[in-house]
Order: sequence, then C-alpha cells, then structure tokens
Amino acid sequence: MTVTDTPFAGGIVGEARLRKEDPALLTGEAKFIDDLDLPGALWVACVRSPHAHARINSVDTSEALAVAGVVAAYSGEDLADTWVAPLPCAWPVTDDMKNPAHFPVAQGKANYAGDIVAVVVATSRYAAADGLEGVVVDYEPLEAVLTVEDAESDRVVIYEDLGTNVSYEWPLIPDPEGVDAAFEAAEHHITETYVHQRLIPAPMEPRGVAVVPAPHNGDMTLYSSTQIPHVLKVMAALTLGVPEQKLRVVAPSVGGGFGCKLNVYAEEILCMALAQRHGVPVRWTESRTEAAGSTIQGRAQRQTIELAADADGKLTAVRATLLADMGAYLQLVAPGVPLLGAFLYHGLYDVPLYSFTCKSVFTNLTPTDAYRGAGRPEATYAIERGMDALAVAVGVGADEIRSRNFIPTEKFPYDSPAGLVFDSGNYQPALDRAKELVGWDARMAEQAERRAAGSTTHLGLGISTYVEMCGLAPSRVLASLNYGAGGWESATVRVLPTCKVQVVTGATPHGQGHETCWSMIVADRLGVDPDDVEVLHSDTAISPLGMDTYGSRSLSVGGTAIWMATEKVVEKAATIAAHMLEANPEDLELTGGVFSVKGSPDAEVPLAGVAFAAFTAHDLPDGVEPNLQAQVTWDPPNFTFPFGAHIAVVEIDEVTGAVDLIDYAACDDCGNQINPMIVEGQVHGGIVQGVAQALWEEAVYDEDGQCRSANLADYLVPSAAECIEMKLDHTVTPSPTNPMGVKGIGEAGTIASTPAVMNAVVDALRPLGVTGMAMPASPMTVRRAIEAAGGGAS
Amino acid sequence: MIPAAVGYVRADSAEAAVAALGEHGDEAKLLAGGQSLIPLMRLRLARPSVLVDMGRADDLRGISVDGDTVSIGALTSHSDLEHSSDLVAACPLLAHVASQVGDPAVRHRGTLGGSLAHADPASDLPAAVLALGGTLVATGPGGSREIAATDFFTGFLESALAADEVLTGVRVPVSTGGWSYQKFNRRAQDWAIVGVAVAEGGAGVGLVNMGSTPLRASAVEAAVAGGAGASDAAASAAEGTEPPSDNNADRAYREHLVRVLTERALVAAGA
Repeated sequence: MTVTDTPFAGGIVGEARLRKEDPALLTGEAKFIDDLDLPGALWVACVRSPHAHARINSVDTSEALAVAGVVAAYSGEDLADTWVAPLPCAWPVTDDMKNPAHFPVAQGKANYAGDIVAVVVATSRYAAADGLEGVVVDYEPLEAVLTVEDAESDRVVIYEDLGTNVSYEWPLIPDPEGVDAAFEAAEHHITETYVHQRLIPAPMEPRGVAVVPAPHNGDMTLYSSTQIPHVLKVMAALTLGVPEQKLRVVAPSVGGGFGCKLNVYAEEILCMALAQRHGVPVRWTESRTEAAGSTIQGRAQRQTIELAADADGKLTAVRATLLADMGAYLQLVAPGVPLLGAFLYHGLYDVPLYSFTCKSVFTNLTPTDAYRGAGRPEATYAIERGMDALAVAVGVGADEIRSRNFIPTEKFPYDSPAGLVFDSGNYQPALDRAKELVGWDARMAEQAERRAAGSTTHLGLGISTYVEMCGLAPSRVLASLNYGAGGWESATVRVLPTCKVQVVTGATPHGQGHETCWSMIVADRLGVDPDDVEVLHSDTAISPLGMDTYGSRSLSVGGTAIWMATEKVVEKAATIAAHMLEANPEDLELTGGVFSVKGSPDAEVPLAGVAFAAFTAHDLPDGVEPNLQAQVTWDPPNFTFPFGAHIAVVEIDEVTGAVDLIDYAACDDCGNQINPMIVEGQVHGGIVQGVAQALWEEAVYDEDGQCRSANLADYLVPSAAECIEMKLDHTVTPSPTNPMGVKGIGEAGTIASTPAVMNAVVDALRPLGVTGMAMPASPMTVRRAIEAAGGGAS
Repeated sequence: MIPAAVGYVRADSAEAAVAALGEHGDEAKLLAGGQSLIPLMRLRLARPSVLVDMGRADDLRGISVDGDTVSIGALTSHSDLEHSSDLVAACPLLAHVASQVGDPAVRHRGTLGGSLAHADPASDLPAAVLALGGTLVATGPGGSREIAATDFFTGFLESALAADEVLTGVRVPVSTGGWSYQKFNRRAQDWAIVGVAVAEGGAGVGLVNMGSTPLRASAVEAAVAGGAGASDAAASAAEGTEPPSDNNADRAYREHLVRVLTERALVAAGA
C-alpha cells in the first residue's frame, strides 16, 4: 500500500504544522497543578516509611500538632473509617489473583520504603514539611523481600493472610504438546534470560493534586496531574463513596506521564478525603525525591525466552517465561502490564507454536505499573535479543535471521500463534530502509577493519525490528482479559453559528499534541482553518465521556471518533445544504468549506451559511434538528499493529567500558500520519527513553530496600547533551482497522531502541568473548563483563 | 525538597560578610552561587539558621593577570572563568575545567570560591587548583591570610577556613605548559566518577572523587619528575587514595579508572 490510500483530501492532514499547544507552554502561560491559585488551601505532607517492611507499633502526632501552621495530623488508624474500598486495581487478570488491601495511609504495617504511614495538614507547604519532622512513628523492622526470586521462594511472606507472595500465574499456551515437540525436534534451541531493571518514569512535571470542595451540596472538584481524569472519576467515586455525579475531575496542563499518571493514587483519594473532612481546598505537590516512593515504577521483570529453530534458523516455536515484580501493592493496571506483551514474544516473525507464562510476585518495593510501552518493550527486548543469539548460533547475520523469519506480507491479515489477528504489515522494506539510512554495509566493513587492526575501540551494530499492538482496545477483548473497563473513545464535533468549531475529546493529552492533530483532522474535512477549531478536553464537566490517553490509543481510537463525528456533521450539513440548494444530498460535495452540486458549479453554499441556517432553524428540512453537532463513541474492532526497524551503532572503549551511541537509524510504520512533525517528535523522544533503559536509567535499591537513585543526580535521565542526531524515515502501511488507516506512534521508539542498543553493545564485544550484558550497560558493568570474559586491555 | 526556615542577611563586601559571620556564629552559612548549599538545604541535610548572601559583593568578582600570577575573585562564576580570554591565555587548564562543571545554568550561578570552600571531593575545580599549585586567600576579623591549596582541603566537605573567615580570592601561577583534564562521567552534567587534572606536563596532578577530599597525586608527580613515562607514572595514580563506592563505580573500578585517565591525561599533556 502507499500514501495514495489516504482518506484525506483537504491538504491539511499530512502537513508538519507547528503545535498550537506550544506558545502557552513555552511562554509559561500554561497552568500546571502547582500553578493553581487556591486561596485558603491546606497543604498535605506525607510521612513515608523509611523501612521497606516494618510493623507500625504506634504513631504519635502530638509534636507535629505543636508546629506553627499545622492544622491536623492523622495516622492510618485515624483515617481507617474514611475509605469505602481500598485503592483500586482494575485488572484482576485471573479469578484467583491475590490482591492485598491497599489503603491511602497504611494500617498496621508499612510494606515498602515510601508507604504513607501518616499525614500532616498545614496552612503552607513549608509548615506541612516542618510538621513531618514532628511525627514520631515506632517501627518494628521486618525482613524485606527485594528480589523476584526471593519473593517467589516465599522465604518471607509479606502478606500473611494471602499465604504467598505470588499474586497470579497467567499462561497462554494454545498447544503445549506441539511446543514441546517443536523444541525436541529443533536443530537450534536458544535459551536466554534477561532482566528488566526498575525504571523511574520521571516526567518533567511530578504529580500533584488539589481538591476543591464546593461550599454547598457536596460537589467536589479534583484537580490532578493525571492521564486519566475520566477513569479517575469513576474509581475515586467507588473508593471514597462520593456520588459520581457530584464529582468533577480536571487535568490541567500535564507535564508528561509516560504511563505513571495512568493510575489512581493514594494522594488523590487522600486529598479528597481531607478536603471533605476540613471543608476547604486541600493540595499536595510531589517532590522529585518523594516520587521514588510515591509514583509507580516501570519494567521490573525477569524473562526467559527459548527459541526453537531449524537448521536454517527458521523459527518453529517460541516459549517465554516471566517472573514479574508487582512491588508492594497492585496498582491500577499493574497485573495486566505483562499481558500487554504476552501476545508479542514471537515479535514480527512467522512462528506456528507459542507458549507464554507469567508469574507475578509481591516485593517490598515501590509498586510497578504501566510505563511507556507497558509489556511490549519487554516482549520486543526478549525476542530481539534472542534473535541475535539465534543468528550467532546459525552463523548468519542479524539482518538475515530476521528476513528469514518475517511474516510474509501476503499472509496479512495474519492469525498469530498467540491468538491475535495482525491486521496489516510489510516488514522487509522497513529493515531495508533502516540499513540504508545507517550505511549498514560500510559500518560492517568498518567494524571488520577495526577488529583486524586490534583496535580497543570496538564498533557494534544492533538491529531491532518490532511489531506492537496499539489502539487499546476492543472492549470485548479487554473483557476476555478480565480488564475492568472498556476500550472505546468518545468525540463530539460542533460547528458553531459563526462556523467556528468546537471538538470535545475523551482522550486526555499530557504533551502529545491532541489539540493540533484533532483540529487538523476536522479542518481537513470541513475546509476550515485549523486555528478555528478549538479542542476541549481533560475536564469531566466539559468532556463527560472518555477513556483517556495511554497505550498509543489516542489517534487510532479517539482520533477515529473525531473523524466519524466529523463525517456525521458533514452528512447533516449536506442534508441542510441540499435543502437550501434544492438538490439531492447525494449530489453534494464539500470542498474547501463550500458545498456544491456535482456538475453544477454555480449551485453552491458555504459551510458557514449552512451552520448559520442550522442555528436559526428558520427553514430546516422536516425531521432535521437545529444545530450542527454530532457525538460518536467508537469501539475499535481490533488493535492496530505498527512496526518498524531500528539500528543502533555504538562504540565501546574496552579500557574504561564506556559505551558511546554514535549513530541511530529508524524506519517506522504507523500508517497514515496526521502531522509528521509530531510523529518525529514521538519517535525522537521514544528512542531516547529506550536508549536510557539500555545505558543509563536504573532504580537502585540497597540491601535494606532504600532507593539510592531518588533524585536526578543519581537517576540518570539523559539530557540533550547525551542525544545524537537520529536518522528517521517511515513506510506507510495503512491499518484497515480504522477509516483513517492510522495506528499509533507514542511508544514505538521506546519499544524498539532498548534492544537495538543492547544488541549493538553485545555485537561490539563479541570478539572479546562477551555474550550477554545486563542493563543498564554502565561503564563499570561493561568493563566487568569484558574482564569476566577474560579480556580487556588495561 | 522543602528547606527548613532560615534567616537571611546580605553582605555586599568581604568585610560585611566577616562581620555577619561574627554576629551570627556557627549557624550562619555563606551563600555564593548556591549550587551546592541550596540542594543540601532543600534535602534538609544542611540547616543553617542564617544565610549570609554574598551574591552582590562585586569586588570579589573578576580575573586579573599580573606577571606570572593569575588572581581570581572568589565570586567569579564558572562561566566567567570559561569565557575569559585572559584566563584561556594564562591558564587554559582552569578555564577548561570550569567549562566542564555541571550544565550551563550551574556554571552561570556557581562560583570558584563557592566550589573550593564547599570542598567537595567530587567537584572539578578543586583538583585543578591543586594541580596548578594554587593559593587561596581568606579574610577574617584580623585581616587576610594565604593558604596553599594543598593545605586547604582538610576533610569531607571541610576546609582550613575558620568559622569567621571568608574565602575572598584564588591565585594560580600562569600555566601554559602541557595540560589536560580527563573527566569521566555518564552524562555531561554529572559530577566526575573520576577526574584527573594535569598541569605543566605532569608537574601537578589533581584527582577528583578518589577520596574524602580533593587529592594531589604526589606519587605520579614524583614519577614524572623522575623521568617516568606516562604509563609507568600513571601506574601509581591510585596510591594513597581511598575512593568511594556508589551506583556508578566501586572502589576497584575507580582505582582502575584513575590509572587509565591519568595515563591519558599525561599523554595529552605531553608527559
């Protein structure tokens, strides 16, 4: 397929238009949570357990209450009657999943360093912080469980009433005997084990909450730096027993989320409860250091992947076995995160037999949950690292092993061995283009030259080809996975009397550029200026229906709803225009904002005239309601399946172990693009975020379960200085699953880049005998691996 | 990250700062660029009762070259050091090391005197001043005195400054012989995991993050003076050090790195 399949004819979609969000963001006009001016608000500060696992013998708040400005202080016991239900986990993936009760303030026991054990309420943020020092908690430290292996052994059972640290086991093995037979018959049997370290999401804006109770009738507004105001409204109502119709949730400007703001957090429910109790606004802003213990972390799993292949390296079966770290509690969708990858451990390769099993365990560490890619980076990492190991075993190149196994283009729609239907794909051209961009042959020659010359600066090339499932999600599929909600999205398109346009979306942006893209979709079809289209979002009073933003769903689900609502508006406008022109609606076409009769160029009426006629309603056709407005809720019939090929080139100093990323090329396919500039931005940021897992980022915990990377000096988020110019291109294979042929691009870079870099690192060091590498590939880790392999100049 | 309550006074000259220190005693802290002190206060690891803000003591800002001595006011920012053509000509090592501190925002606020007085073994500039054989000027109630850089760093975040003394200036010799600064870190903005500053072809060698104080690699200097080649001289770079262990490096890896970086620095400096 080619770009000529685009359903867009208005000349606006496809333009690299500057983002309409940016002037406010760049000039400081945009309001984030901490910018809200709330006179009389009380500030909350949280006393967090310094112990990973400890019994709480007593909490004494008397000294805190004596601190100037402190209004109140509460222990977990003090607030125990406040909660109607524990904090929610919306994804009970199995019927027998173990789920410990998780309250905003711990009662009896603290289960990780960061667990809230008491709160202080004060007249200023400073007074609240002073008050923290006055709370005296008598802890009885208990043995802590800090690794998935230790957790699985049940040496120490964190929740005695549950009897085990294992939360659930989730198998997906359509043909167990077949898989076993394939491995028995395999010429090559690759077994590799990888560890995904814990990652701290670190959006530019930490979290924050402000709750404003109305003076009368029980209304309450919850402002939160969240990705999911709509989901949060439902969950908060259930957790606190607040009537949902009284509750309004607003996400103001949100400075990034990467999944960590796809949650229902203790501080949100806590501030609501305290606002109710005190009858005044209550607020809390997270500090960067606090975030290590208050905001979910990502990845955190050990994975073993086995590949069965014939003599030519053609895969015959894939078996993946996971041990995933849920942390101390199950957050909103944490149990389902491994499942989002469960269907993709065979990558974009044509494999007949498949086996996936995930066991998830509790540890005394910060809870984990969705983080950019959520399950799919882990799956892609396993299969892509594994494919490199297979290539070595077979004795072919990393490019060749992939080409031999790609799902052939003619097999789409492809019934995957895990039970999905990949709607479209065309993988080889993306790999060819990425190789071309990076100068594959020249780089390979350079590598050979350096090796021949005995250079201690090694060159490594790493390929990662990927397919992901985006557009979360068909509601019926979610039901089959026991997810507690649907996957639809809602949109309203409203042409105002003056022919300006309002668009209401249930997809809640936190940096993606929805306002720009949604205006372009609508403007392209209606023939109006995109600047005349206002996109309203992120406030449940304005946009009451929505499922919010995560899983690269906004465009393919929310954008499709926009597209469909626009079509409905056009259809209605055409009915009115036909009435005005005394023509048949079927004979009208809308071009450049003007309805005309096909074949009669003089018979025309502008959309503005139709909009005003719809408003005055003086002369509408029989049965047509006034005003031009349409609302659509779209539930996708399938996921979408973006794919691509990324290639990283690294240089490694054998003496110090330092890894330098020197080149990077990517060819992605997200189907039709609305705004290529925004696509590129998503790819750039995604790649850097994935490279960060490979080279820099790791939540480090000491033997007591204390986080030793709880600030941005110790947690190595890369800065601009660490970034390189990336060589990007794309192919266009429109998705047949939605009318715009779009797929999603928000997570692709993160999914692809981590294995690309790690494959490059291992490739560079292979002559030294290095066959594997832990993440992050820090200089010390790399140097140690070289030494362990018996090599390394000094 | 919310600091405790703190008092604040301005001191727009060295004399005013000395007087303020005398008045407020041990609990007062001098504030220069604030790039080390403010983060410590926000973590409540530092809790001075009074900040004595010297930020507007303009007399303590500036670089002058007189004969074979470069004199630098304590409040001169890293950015000013980095971009001073006089300093680039007279003492390129110091200008270059200043350009490697933190990020541009840090370099615009942070000061040479603040960095030295903070005496952080992981900071870049102390090692450079050590390698250059610099002299620090302290002013107290009884007037000024000079302290050799080698005598200045007395312990972890501790210096030879008395509680009522203010670091007012730094003097380094004009130094245009072979020099190099090898800073090893994982991100451009970070503290050095290990750093090695070499002045005058190896006559002076300063080490970053290899112990509780900024260090001078005396064994390396002696080996260079005795005619040893870069590789042989660098072999003793870890001698007498007690490097820390942290997320980025344990002791053994730091000892390995310091030898590697010292050799590279000596080679670059023409030793």
